[in-house]
Amino acid sequence: MKPSSAAIETQQVGFAYGDVPVLEDVSVRVEAGEFLGLVGPNAGGKSTLLKLILGLLSPQQGQIQVLGRTPKQARRHLGYVPQYPAFPREFPIQVLDVVLMGRLGLAATPWHRVGGWRRADREIARRTLADVEAGDLAAAPIGALSGGQLQRVLLARALVGEPEILILDEPTANIDQRLEGEIFELLSQLNDHLTIVVVSHDIGFISSYVSRVACLNRTLICHRTEAIDGDVINDLYGERVRLINHAHGGNQGHAEHG
Amino acid sequence: MAEFFNALVQHGFLQQALVAGLLASIGCGLIGPFVVVKRITFLAGGIAHSVLAGMGAALFYGYDPLSGALAAAVVAALLIGWVRLRWRTGEDTAIGALWAIGMAVGILFVSQTPGYATDLMSFLFGNILLVPTRELGFMAMLDLVLLVTVALFYRHFVAIAFDDEFARLRGVPVDFFYLLLLVLVAVTVVLMIQVVGLILVIALLTLPAAVAGQWTRTLAGMMIGATLIGALLTSGGLALSYAPDLPTGPTIILLAGALYLVSAMTASVRAKRRARRALRATTTP
Repeated sequence: MKPSSAAIETQQVGFAYGDVPVLEDVSVRVEAGEFLGLVGPNAGGKSTLLKLILGLLSPQQGQIQVLGRTPKQARRHLGYVPQYPAFPREFPIQVLDVVLMGRLGLAATPWHRVGGWRRADREIARRTLADVEAGDLAAAPIGALSGGQLQRVLLARALVGEPEILILDEPTANIDQRLEGEIFELLSQLNDHLTIVVVSHDIGFISSYVSRVACLNRTLICHRTEAIDGDVINDLYGERVRLINHAHGGNQGHAEHG
Repeated sequence: MAEFFNALVQHGFLQQALVAGLLASIGCGLIGPFVVVKRITFLAGGIAHSVLAGMGAALFYGYDPLSGALAAAVVAALLIGWVRLRWRTGEDTAIGALWAIGMAVGILFVSQTPGYATDLMSFLFGNILLVPTRELGFMAMLDLVLLVTVALFYRHFVAIAFDDEFARLRGVPVDFFYLLLLVLVAVTVVLMIQVVGLILVIALLTLPAAVAGQWTRTLAGMMIGATLIGALLTSGGLALSYAPDLPTGPTIILLAGALYLVSAMTASVRAKRRARRALRATTTP
């Protein structure tokens, strides 16, 4: 496979957990600067595709390139916001120290790899927290945050490593709609200088923010920029869904299982 | 208690015991918090108990038992770490098996070594009053190893303890640091064996850190707290056990257990009181 000029390119990727196929023949190309929404039903393989792009899993079929390299080589240029925090909430750590972990692996010299954080790292972490409007949380223990605050902190942790691509897995699954809008406004701004891939099950809502939507249910069902109509949603979810007007204005539909 | 202080001034062996306790508490402080927050108490217990294999073999072949303990602890740590990384399912069974097999091997070696039955008791339950001077030097060296390693790689250890998937994405060699952390646990176990014995090590490794964790919000605070609490417990246990001539190791552990219970109860009462106060503050404008 020749080095690809795309930010992310997967070619005929297949993956199975044991003998359960999760992804089949997935070819998707994400250009630099795009804001791709990856939608699909639960267990449709969205999180698995992200893990393959991040190099946490290896494809059993096909190939993946990220920034023209293998996922593992490109890893440090990626920022990742997980769906569920993988850490225990009672872990004794303050928000600033959580955010700083996003700067691991950026050491300029071997000497910077050992010992404590440098002043410059702390300053960048503080600034990034302020950028996601969580500057006042720096000294808070991680266990004291609300769902929305935690989401902002996780976003800061992903951004503080100065990534070229930001990957988010259901970033707004655990927060209310008003905050969801704020987070996506923030992502729109970040899209000015970052490629973004965001996984969501909320097809109508994200389509007002993203530049393109890819629908995944084991394989890619649609892959388009034009508006998503009821037929596509029916194809994707395999059942009748109803479109309702979304509270965020605009003429976009909001998909719900009906 | 006064009797203890008089004796402490007069007897070199008591002073040495006190120093041994203080050296061991540095291990409580540096490594205990990682064992607690990473929830690897069971792994640490497995490492501690399988150390008996190395001590028994060293005795049988005429080597220094503590060197045997160090070798066995490092091997056990790497073996248990490998089991953990390879066989995620069935991990606890495999660790339980290593735990028991290590002890069985050790006891067989000890039983075949003539005249060492009393040593077996001090391996299992510690004998702080019989720490020779050269072993204090050995303990200080182990402390230095712990201190330097933790100071160099503190960020990495915190990262793998907190969120190993994210650490992996940042290019941290997670498996390497996980195994290194277990090796440091092994070193700490050896450091504490002389004080409380390998059966009781697990309490000294986890309880001071757990108590400190109930009162602080950062890992660094937990480390300082656990070191101080460890020093208090080993010195206090030594003082309490001296006059009635009780075995020191078990006295230290009972003291640790009592402190843990009191601290857990106080912390939960305090949390409830805080919650009530917070609710009152919101209902009365």
